[in-house]
Order: sequence, then C-alpha cells, then structure tokens
Amino acid sequence: MNMTEMPTTAQNVKNMPQNTKISARDVQVYYGENHAIKDVNVEIEDRTVTAFIGPSGCGKSTFLRCLNRMNDTIDVCRVEGTIALDGEDIYDKKVDPVQLRAKVGMVFQKPNPFPKSIYDNIAYGPRIHGLAKNKAELDEIVEKSLRRGAIWDEVKDRLQAPGTGLSGGQQQRLCIARAVATEPEVLLMDEPCSALDPIATDQVEDLIDELRNQYSVVIVTHSMQQAARVSQKTAFFHLGNLVEYGETDQIFTNPKDPRTESYISGRIG
Amino acid sequence: MTDATSQNSVAGNERRTSSLYTLDARTRRRNAAETRFKIYGMTAVGIGLVFLVILLVTIVRNGIPAFTQTSFDMPVVLEAEALDPNGNRDPADISKVSTFGYNPLIEQALERLVAEHGIETEMSGADLRKMVSSGAAAQIRNTVLANPDLIGETVTFRVLASSRVDGYMKGRVTRDDLARDKNLDAEHLNIVDVLSEEGGLERAFNWAFITGSDASESRPEQAGIGVSMLGSLFMMLVVLLLALPIGVAASIYLEEFAPKNRWTDLIEVNISNLAAVPSIVFGILGLAVFIQLVGLPQSAPLVGGLVLTLMTLPTIIISTRASLKAVPPSIRDAALGVGASKTQAVFHHVLPLAMPGILTGTIIGLAQALGETAPLLLIGMVGFIASNYPDGITAGFLSPNSAMPAQIYEWAKRADPAYYERAWGGIIVLLLFLMTMNIIAILLRRRFERRW
Repeated sequence: MNMTEMPTTAQNVKNMPQNTKISARDVQVYYGENHAIKDVNVEIEDRTVTAFIGPSGCGKSTFLRCLNRMNDTIDVCRVEGTIALDGEDIYDKKVDPVQLRAKVGMVFQKPNPFPKSIYDNIAYGPRIHGLAKNKAELDEIVEKSLRRGAIWDEVKDRLQAPGTGLSGGQQQRLCIARAVATEPEVLLMDEPCSALDPIATDQVEDLIDELRNQYSVVIVTHSMQQAARVSQKTAFFHLGNLVEYGETDQIFTNPKDPRTESYISGRIG
Repeated sequence: MTDATSQNSVAGNERRTSSLYTLDARTRRRNAAETRFKIYGMTAVGIGLVFLVILLVTIVRNGIPAFTQTSFDMPVVLEAEALDPNGNRDPADISKVSTFGYNPLIEQALERLVAEHGIETEMSGADLRKMVSSGAAAQIRNTVLANPDLIGETVTFRVLASSRVDGYMKGRVTRDDLARDKNLDAEHLNIVDVLSEEGGLERAFNWAFITGSDASESRPEQAGIGVSMLGSLFMMLVVLLLALPIGVAASIYLEEFAPKNRWTDLIEVNISNLAAVPSIVFGILGLAVFIQLVGLPQSAPLVGGLVLTLMTLPTIIISTRASLKAVPPSIRDAALGVGASKTQAVFHHVLPLAMPGILTGTIIGLAQALGETAPLLLIGMVGFIASNYPDGITAGFLSPNSAMPAQIYEWAKRADPAYYERAWGGIIVLLLFLMTMNIIAILLRRRFERRW
C-alpha cells in the first residue's frame, strides 16, 4: 500500500523542493485504539490551494487538524511521525501550539463567529498577539482583513453589529477574515462551504482563489467539483491512507490509482 | 420475519378499503391512551397548583397580622420625686431608679387615660398595666435616661399594647378565650373597645417587626426579625465571597483543563454525591471543624457562612459545569484557531457565554442557603439573640447572631400564640427575599442570554 504512494510524493519533492511549506512524513494518528491515519506522506506547497478529498470518515479532516495541532485538544488523540512547517517540526517539544496556530490559521466547517461585534471578531486575534500598537492600527488591520475576506463592503457600515447576525455565507467570510487577521502563512479550511448555499459557496470559492496569492491554502471538501474548481493540488484519502496526491487536473482526468478512479467516477464513497 | 412477509403478501393481495372518516380500533386505542395521559398530567399539575394556593393563602392569612401592631398613645407624667429624688438631674442618680420604678407612672397614666374617656372600672392600676407591654417601662426609662430634662414634664409616649390586647384587636383573641386567660378580663376588653373607637389606642404598621431584634418569651409584641435578617445577610456575604470564586474556579478546572481519568471521574461522582448530603451533616462538620478545631466563635455568621458555603459549593459547581458544557465547542475551536491559548479561550469566550448560567446557579444556591435551618442549629445560631444591631463589619461577622429561618424556628417553638403569628410573618419576609433573588436570577439570565 505504501509502495503506491511513495513514488508520487517523491516525485513532488523532486519537482518543487524550494516551494514546500508543510512536509508530513510517516504520519500516524490514533484515536484511542482506532488507527485513523496511516503512513501519510505529503508535501504541501506555498501559495497553492491543496484540496483533500475522500469519502466520509477517510481521515482528511483529522489530518488537516494535525497541521495546526487542533487535535491536541482531544485527549485520546495521538500523533506519530513528523510534520514540518518550513523545516521545523511542529510536534517538537519546544513548539507552543498557540504560536503555531497564529501561523497556521483555521476556518471551520460551520461558521463560528464569536457572539461579539464584527469588529471584535476580527480584532480578537491581533489583540491577543499584540499585532497592533494602537486603535488606529487595529482599525487598519480590521479593514484590511475584512477586505481580504471579501466582506468589507457588506459590513463596513455596521462593524459594531453582532457577527452572529450575518447570513451564513457572510459569517463564513467573516471567519476567513478573522483567520487572515493574524497574518498566518497557511490557511486550513475544513469543509468551509458545506453549510452554505450555492451563491455563498461561489463567493467563498472566489475568495479562496484570491487568497492563494498570499497563503498556502489547504481545503478539505466533500465536493469533487469544488476541489476541481479551486485547487491546484489534490490529495485523495481513503480509509486513513493517502491514496494519491498530485496535480488536480491529473487526479481528475488521469488518476493513477484505481481507488481514486472509482471515487471520482462515483463508484465508491 | 417470515410471519411478517406472509402477512404482507396477504395484505398485498386483497387491498383493504377503509374510509379515512372512520377510526379503526388501533387508532382509537392510541388516541384514548393519549387523552388518558393528558388527563393524568393535568391532574398532577392541578394538584400542585391547589397546594400552592393553599400554601400561599395560609401564609398570607397567618402572617399578615404580624405586620401590624397595636399601641397606646398616652401622656405620662414623669414625676420628679419618683425619678430623681435628689433633684439634681445627675444621670448616675437617675439610673438608680430601676425599670420597676417606672411602673407606677404607667399605672397612673393608664388610670388617667381611662378616666378621661369616662370609662368606669374597678380595676387597680396594676391590673390596667396588663394591657400594655411589659417592655413599656424600659422604653420610658430609656427615653428619660437619654433626656434627663424631660423629668417633671408630661410626655406622650406610644407604648406597645400587650400581645393579648394586640391579639384582640386582630381578632386572634376573642371574649371566649377570657375564661382561660388570667391576664385578661372582660373589663380590659371593654376599655380597649372604647379606646380604639375614641382614640388612644391605634393599630398601625409594625416597622419594629421588620427592623427589631428578638424579645423574651413574655413580650412577643416587641420581637422583630431585623437583627436576624442582618445575620442572614452577613452569612450570604460569606457564602457569595467564598462559594462563587471557589466553585467557578473548580468547575472551570474540572470542565476545561483537567485530564479525563479515574481521579477526575471520582471527584465528579463525589461532587454530585455531596449535593445530596443532608445539610445537618454539614452542620456537624462545621461544628467539629470551625468551632471545635479552629476555635471560631459559636453562633457567628462567619461560621454559619462557612458551613453554608460547603453546602452551596456542589450546587454551584454542578450548575457552572453544566453551563460551561452548554457553550458550543465551535466557540472554543474558533478561539484556539486564531491562536488563543486555552486559558484565553476559556476566559475571553467560554466564561462570558456561560455567565448567565453560572449566575443563575449561584443565586439559586444562595437562595437555598438562605432558607437552610438545620446546620445552623448545630453551630448555635438559634440562640436567643435579643441584642441590638452589631456595631461594625467585624462584629457583624463575629458577634453572635441568628438567621431568618432559625429565628422563625425559634418563634414557632414558643408557647405564646402571638409568636406563632410572628413565625408566619417571618416566613413572609423570608419568601419575599427568596422571590427577589429568583427574580434577579431570571432577569440576569434574560439580560445576558446570547444566541449563537
């Protein structure tokens, strides 16, 4: 099983060695007795949208949450192997997950704005990380982040209104704006559009495409069309294994692994 | 399995044609069961409501009279030769005249009052004096000691009527009771009838009941719940200052930080168990630890507060944990996702959202502690506390005091029916406090409740 994966990953490393942002080696994840992620090796590139696809329960979300150590909050979860961000092992004892998460931001499946004002939602991250020296700078960060989240025009007149009062799509873009406010280098998105209608989904996808200019974006999605639309690289997970990883075009038009082919053609999953 | 399939095939062959307008037997049975259950439920609620109404009516009917009090308005001649035989107005000399020395003055005043209203009586002054509270002499003496200049003048005093006269005015004592009462004659009541019609005797709102302290067994007309109210207040302060921070800190640690292992499971089970421990057990624990071991004073609100803190902690911890648990995990994820530490996530986001629940739980716990009597029995907070108000904060916490429920218990124990009335009155005061606290809890919950 491992043998089929190794050549693909090795190839990628050879192709773009300088461009690697996150590099995972032999990652195993256990939930108690359950071996959820098996031998995953992957190189995630900078300024690229990488999509994780696969059937429910295949471990794609679990693996995503390893990348900013959100799994630390789950008691029974155990991670083995190495995951390096810019060559530094994020599971090293010296690494404080809090610092890591400032660099690797996350957007969740369900829009989860804080029950505070729109302004405070964005300003919270910069405040706790001390990114702004004064109110003016903070205002600037808030505006910049909301603009990057493509939501500034809709909310600029009601920054003090509660973030929870926005529509679902607006809330999700607010969450993306909140994530970019801390100036992360990587943005992890866990099915960011699964709770949104097609129009909101379209807006968020446009936004993701835009974010690619500055960040490395990793997106978990159930929708293969979405993966095809927004990503440049795609990784297919199945039963905890990374089955195939490569250029999105290649995965969808000419998959190498029969399991990938059955999945994208709708025979499994 | 095979039965079901065969039945299905039979049903499939000959399609049943039943009208939607007629109920089949099965539906009828189901509807009947539903109606029956609704009736059971309404009966249960109805019985509950009936008891609630009976409770409220009884409390109000028995307790309201405690809030009024009959008193005499009578001019008393403060004779100089009786009160200050030496005539030099020396406070030391004046204070030598004991309370008993004032009784003749009261008797004369009553005789004059009766004569003024043209009532003929053969009763002596001493007999007449049974109509006024035995505390009247002390009341006049205190006034004279405070103002020696009044000696020699005629001053109109408002003195409390005795509990019998008061009871007669309230309808509690009737003429039928006279045969059994050696302190009250028909003639007394005749006088009271005339005086209440012509003035000189008045039933008014009884502020002394709300502000006063306990009185001796023979003077229920003087007793008030004020000082024990203060005792309760000081105890509640102790409970609030200790139970809220300790309870909330413990809950936050257990809910958000503690690893889930056998030890925390054990602690969790025991906290739930502690909530069900009878309060008298906490009382004897307080007696053993705070009074016998640590040596804190008996009957002190501080000790009462400590005991009630122990009792309230499980309630606060359980409700705080429940409200922390109710905060959706997505809020924690969101905070951690932007790089907040666990502590920041808890204190910036989770705790504010859980606050209404925590406050509600705390107030409910306080209300429970406010009405608790059993542990107070064991630490001696049911003593006879007729002293006046504690002077200063320290005395408030450390000097002997009672508490509202303990005071009510004391009154209910006493023989005089006037005390029975006060006990009900005390219950009304206690219930008003509890209702106020519950209303505050509801308002807080409404005010801070947020949707996400």
